Amino acid sequence: MKCEDVSKELIAYLDRRANSAERQEVEEHLTACGACRTRAEEFRRLWTVLDEMPATEPSFGFDARLRQRVAAEPRRSWFTWLVPQPRLAFSLALLLAMSVWIANKPPVPRPVQVAGPNGLSEDEQFQMIQELDVLENFDVLSKSDALAELPLPAAAHPQGNAPQDDGGA
Amino acid sequence: MARTDVQLMLDVKAGDEVSFGLLLAKYRSPLINFLYRMVRDAATAEDLAQEVFLRVYRARRQYSPSAKFTTWLFRIATNLALNSVRDNRYKRMELSLDAPAEVDEAPREVPAREKRIDEYMLERDRSEVIRRAIGALPEKQRAAVLLHKYEEMDYSEIAKILECSESALKSLLFRAYETLRVQLAPLVAQPLAPRAGGGRAR
Repeated sequence: MKCEDVSKELIAYLDRRANSAERQEVEEHLTACGACRTRAEEFRRLWTVLDEMPATEPSFGFDARLRQRVAAEPRRSWFTWLVPQPRLAFSLALLLAMSVWIANKPPVPRPVQVAGPNGLSEDEQFQMIQELDVLENFDVLSKSDALAELPLPAAAHPQGNAPQDDGGA
Repeated sequence: MARTDVQLMLDVKAGDEVSFGLLLAKYRSPLINFLYRMVRDAATAEDLAQEVFLRVYRARRQYSPSAKFTTWLFRIATNLALNSVRDNRYKRMELSLDAPAEVDEAPREVPAREKRIDEYMLERDRSEVIRRAIGALPEKQRAAVLLHKYEEMDYSEIAKILECSESALKSLLFRAYETLRVQLAPLVAQPLAPRAGGGRAR
């Protein structure tokens, strides 16, 4: 390890924060290099010198002044809940945008009516359901021969009362 | 059992003002000391410390324990201190440029760069010399030394506060201590007996 390389690890070494490998490398170099050894010793003494700088104390009114400033900070009231928070505002804006988009979306063409299993379209099936009364009586209605009950023209008009044929003859 | 900083901060988040008072009591002095050594003015340091605690209080509802509380606290403090130092430097530059040039004015005496620190020691006591030497470091180096030496933080935590890699931090610390070693050479040659509780024990 060279002197330049040691310089980077020297503080960590003196601070006892270098790992074992770094520590060993620095120690080997310090054993061989008198200049770095002197520097390391001066760093140690420098730290003792730096301890001589006295600490300063806060002024008497420091806490009171800070508490006054903290007390003057705006408190969260019910009104602040009405002020839109960024996330809430974003969510509402997104919801609004989606609503507008859906409202303006062109109508989807109606799907082609597919015939049911019985061969009837949906409309025809609906019509059939509406006419269930008729279907329920289908048997009766199908058996009755309405035309048969109609009076035959010949029976309704006997010979004598046959309408006069003024065929102009 | 004492609550951790994170637990206290979560209680503050839940609306417990007493927990905020406990955090204030715990970190008031370290924070003011750190800021004082950064900006070198007691009144400014207290104003900045007030601002730091106020920002913590304002951010309580968004607080999530993703990092150590001290990392968050000192990151706010470091950023405020760096801004303050830069603003003051800018103001001083404006002042010197705007000052009217007086023909009869005697030339101001500017200490030569090569003037050694031991020359000042005749008129200043040792602690003032140390404070001056730390204050003369570039801002980021100064912050690194203060967090390392006086706040006794780990490299990983300091690196997060200063937003740099641990490798870059090691280089930063070495350069800073090397400068201090040269600047404070007369004191290093004659150290006083170490004080109790003066910083990281080594």
